[in-house]
Amino acid sequence: MTDQPLIKATHLHHAFGGKNVLHDVSLTLKPNEIVTLIGPNGAGKSTLLKILLKLLTPTQGHVWHKPQLRIGFMPQKIHIDDALPIKVNRFLELGLSSPKHGGNHSTTLQQTIETLSIQSVLETPIQQVSGGEMQRILLARALLRSPELLVLDEPVQGVDLNGQTELYHLINHIQQQFGCGILMVSHDLHIVMKSTHKVLCLNQHICCSGTPQAISTDPAFQTLFGEGYEEVALYEHHHNNSLCEHTHD
Amino acid sequence: MNTTITIAFVSTPMIELILNPPLFLIHALLGGLLIAFIAAPLGVFMVWQRQSYFGAALAHSALLGLGLGLFLSINLSLSVILVSLGIAVGIHLLKAHSKLSSDTLLGILAHSSLALGLILLSLQPQAQLNLMAFLFGDILSIDQPDLIFISFLAVAVAVFFKRHWQDLLNTTLNAELAQIEGIQTQKVQLYYVLLLALMIAMAMKMVGALLITSLLIIPAATARKYAQSPEQMLGYSLIFGGLSVIFGVVASLFWDIPTGASIVAVATLFFLGSLLRRP
Repeated sequence: MTDQPLIKATHLHHAFGGKNVLHDVSLTLKPNEIVTLIGPNGAGKSTLLKILLKLLTPTQGHVWHKPQLRIGFMPQKIHIDDALPIKVNRFLELGLSSPKHGGNHSTTLQQTIETLSIQSVLETPIQQVSGGEMQRILLARALLRSPELLVLDEPVQGVDLNGQTELYHLINHIQQQFGCGILMVSHDLHIVMKSTHKVLCLNQHICCSGTPQAISTDPAFQTLFGEGYEEVALYEHHHNNSLCEHTHD
Repeated sequence: MNTTITIAFVSTPMIELILNPPLFLIHALLGGLLIAFIAAPLGVFMVWQRQSYFGAALAHSALLGLGLGLFLSINLSLSVILVSLGIAVGIHLLKAHSKLSSDTLLGILAHSSLALGLILLSLQPQAQLNLMAFLFGDILSIDQPDLIFISFLAVAVAVFFKRHWQDLLNTTLNAELAQIEGIQTQKVQLYYVLLLALMIAMAMKMVGALLITSLLIIPAATARKYAQSPEQMLGYSLIFGGLSVIFGVVASLFWDIPTGASIVAVATLFFLGSLLRRP
């Protein structure tokens, strides 16, 4: 079966110390599909991501991974202590040494380094690379595993509009070249990648989902992330009315 | 310290001591070098993970091991090892389940076990415990059973790092990323902590509870200045640790100074030397 999903999450609930963070979230990630998860601060995006990656066990509900699923993960940021002497190429190779990887090492490594144009920093201590370079290095490490699913946690955070466009362009290119599914998390509610197949709009529960075009006209989305501050402030009120019904597929 | 032996050495020509070394000197050097070998990989990770307070906490808890050992009349080395392992697992579990920061937890565990150890010791005034040896180490106390145990530990450390060096390195770089990449980070980290606890229990006789952490971190910190890769840092750390033990033990014998302090002083000289080097 070629259309076997990569990850299937059913009826996830999660609470931290009695406070509900996620409420009845179900979703499916399919091969070759680009999914963007958006939501305001405190919507539970990070929690959901951790649960989907099996870093966190949900209070209720179940996460299913395709057997031997290879995930490439690009963390939001990474801090490497100055006391640890390590160059960029060694950092990349370390990603290959992990037990769960696929593909041919040296060709993948070369190919990935070229795709992300990071040849010039390979011999640089990793603490000395710039923010943009670090992002491409992290992306490279994720790709080295020949992932079936690429997970990007806030990849455009702290990147200017130009950089965002460039990064989205790169991700598009990667998706075509590597043929992997992509799950992207973003707190930017107004700009998502154009080629996104599906946008999931999270605020403790999935408020709405669909293509970027469909989402932007969805009343639930407009209520949640509309222009006016009044509406944002009123959100708690709207939360209980019919506009916020779940639209699972 | 054993004064008669020490005086005998001062009057013995150095050349004879080297050509015909007494058994305890061989024991001491062998034990010390093995400890340095064990300390190097544990120490570099301690520096990379900023865990030096963890080592200090484990060393404090060793007094509880001594107190408990005397109280229950069991082998002291064994009780120190068991208590250290218990404390290490305790810290590991508490970290995962507590809202308090790990340095707070370490402070609580270290000092509560130290306090409990002191109480247990005070309840047995008949017990003869050389507190100086506990605090500063006593090279003459390293005997054959100790050496055998240290050798086993050295083998265990070598096997662990041969297998899990990359895993622990990845865990240190970013635990979440490592876990997603399929590394059992919790397990690897726990093994590391258990080996650390064993090392501290064993090194206690050599350098004493107060100075153990420095044996772990000073050679690693010195090595940082020369290393371009994690493996190089391990290599330099082995060299500086080994040299510190050799010169430290010899200096301790000749000038009748506490061995642990002597080793740490030599290690510090190397560190100061490394500061002169341009980055």
